[in-house]
Amino acid sequence: MAGSPHKGDRATAGPRTVLAYLIRRLIAVIIMVLVVLLATFTVFYMLPKWAGQDIAVLFAGKQAGAEQLEGIRTKLGLDDPLIIQFWDFIKGIPMGRDYANGSDVTHCPAPCFGYSFRTEAPVWETLKDALPVTGALAAGACVLWLGAGVLTGVVSALKRGTIWDRAAMTTALGGVSLPVFFTGMIAMGIFVHNLGWVEIADSLSTDDSIDVWFQTLILPWIVLAFLNAAMYARLTRATMLEVLGEDYIRTARAKGLGEPAVIRRHALRSAMTPILTVFGLDLGVLMGGAVLTESTFNLPGLGLEAVRAISSKDLPVILGVTLCAALAIAVANLVVDLLYAVIDPRVRLG
Amino acid sequence: MTAPLHDTPADAKPTEDVAPAAGAGVKKVEGRSLKQIAWNRLKRDKVALAGGITVLVLVLVAVFAPLIVSVLGHPPNDFHQDKLDPLTNLPTGSLGGVSGDFLFGVEPNKGRDVFSRIVYGARISLLVAFLAAIVAVVLGTLFGIIAGYFGGWVDALISRVMDVLLSFPQLLFIISLISVLPDDLMGLEGTSVRVAILVLVIGFFGWPYIGRIVRGQTLSLREREYVEAAKSLGGGRRHILFRELLPNLVAPITVYATLMIPTNILTEAALSFLGAGVKPPTASWGGMLRDALETYEHDPMFMVFPGVTIFVTVLAFNLFGDGLRDALDPKGTR
Repeated sequence: MAGSPHKGDRATAGPRTVLAYLIRRLIAVIIMVLVVLLATFTVFYMLPKWAGQDIAVLFAGKQAGAEQLEGIRTKLGLDDPLIIQFWDFIKGIPMGRDYANGSDVTHCPAPCFGYSFRTEAPVWETLKDALPVTGALAAGACVLWLGAGVLTGVVSALKRGTIWDRAAMTTALGGVSLPVFFTGMIAMGIFVHNLGWVEIADSLSTDDSIDVWFQTLILPWIVLAFLNAAMYARLTRATMLEVLGEDYIRTARAKGLGEPAVIRRHALRSAMTPILTVFGLDLGVLMGGAVLTESTFNLPGLGLEAVRAISSKDLPVILGVTLCAALAIAVANLVVDLLYAVIDPRVRLG
Repeated sequence: MTAPLHDTPADAKPTEDVAPAAGAGVKKVEGRSLKQIAWNRLKRDKVALAGGITVLVLVLVAVFAPLIVSVLGHPPNDFHQDKLDPLTNLPTGSLGGVSGDFLFGVEPNKGRDVFSRIVYGARISLLVAFLAAIVAVVLGTLFGIIAGYFGGWVDALISRVMDVLLSFPQLLFIISLISVLPDDLMGLEGTSVRVAILVLVIGFFGWPYIGRIVRGQTLSLREREYVEAAKSLGGGRRHILFRELLPNLVAPITVYATLMIPTNILTEAALSFLGAGVKPPTASWGGMLRDALETYEHDPMFMVFPGVTIFVTVLAFNLFGDGLRDALDPKGTR
């Protein structure tokens, strides 16, 4: 199929190869999620055990009686082998789960991630409220960072050596050297407490108006994007400079194409492939940045929930949040793969 | 990112044991090793040199922290309640209580000497960053060189593992991991446990970055004539990996190890900020920023000092690392 000289063949072959490519990627992503899940599960349920901590004690507190602890162990299945516990956990996500200790049965409806040790609420309830916040934060920051980063990088490359170029590159170095929780505090100090331009809400739910969401998230977006945009500006600049030296750019210019078309259709398009690759690898970094940004701005997202759960050793919530983050990264990776297929014809036809 | 080092084919001579890095002499400069060329270039690069000097000063500060503090400050865990306003618990005087006695002012609420805590914080920060970089370099070099040289399923397996680790929600995973680990481990306790855990965890999640680069370089080096020659002379695998290939990988490994340190400093600060770093009262920069989060509206200077310290440190390492990369890059781009 690849390299077929006939245009007609390509048109029919295209979608099918894209599909095969995406299925391949999907399988890889599923395997990755399972690996992350198993690693996380092992760490959270087995490590404390090996280190001599009793999870039932974590759940019930130190003053609980032996009988009560035994009941908890049976109910949560803590004495089962790792693989059985893992399977029960996985199965609970799509199918729900019953925690039973004799006649005492608690049904956890699907999607079941277990119950919080502290609040005894289903973990899913917590995740459901936190996910939109983290999602909105990460998505907005992503758009800003890629948009601003690529744009700055392209301008720097085109105006190589000018003040523009140097300013952008200096900012980039500054950007990668600043911790997001420091810039976050500065931004809040100036724009919230000093100037009073924006108001950050204490809580965010899907019932709140768009205006509240926007006001609350605008600073976190900028802060989170700033750090990464700078890095992408550097990367875009380097790749653009490389691409602009290629023969096909000269050809495009020679055949009389206008400069904007040369940049957009030829140079930028092939420069985007390495940028996307790095972006795919940085999704984990984005998630980490989101955790820090949430802690700084006190946004009720996955990161803040995780930090709270960690300080109270609330294992099911920690596990649920980490799992959610891994899934989000995996899905985002799939989107990046899809974008590859859109941008790079070699992927589409290969 | 493009591969950092390509020696020109003309230099694909067998390794000379004295040459410390990839390919001796790039532009046919007689009698100068890459080390000398790199040093000459680095000397001309004022920005990188400034970064390098700053790094050196910071390392000295960390090493001689007790001495510096005894001359210029107060013990880091002494409380100076008399320097605080009894009503607000904020430092008296301007700029967060900056004075000749307290160079960077005093902490709100507790009244500890900010300067001393920053000086002592440098120890934790740099120690964790350096040691974690060493862990990452050792693991990354070992797995990278094995993956690149042997190829096949070994390469596929190692590459997959690296991919998974790179797309892991690292920060979340690390803070969760640290939270379930007990307070005493392997016979260590207190600050040293946390430092050991931080080093291992940060290093473990850092090795794929080095591993990918080493793998890529090994892939391109293993087809070289000198490897072929070593093979035909009966050199064992061990010999080829560590005597023929490794010396040619020293330059890129040095560059990326240097560039990994600032990332590690930021990670350590982030973990301390989230409460998963060294435990109080041990001073750490990230921990100071976490404390500052509660009072920065009223006492911004307590946030500014540790924040700027982290910024300057990370920037210095980045500038030096970038300069080093340019100096060691035979193509001389960037």
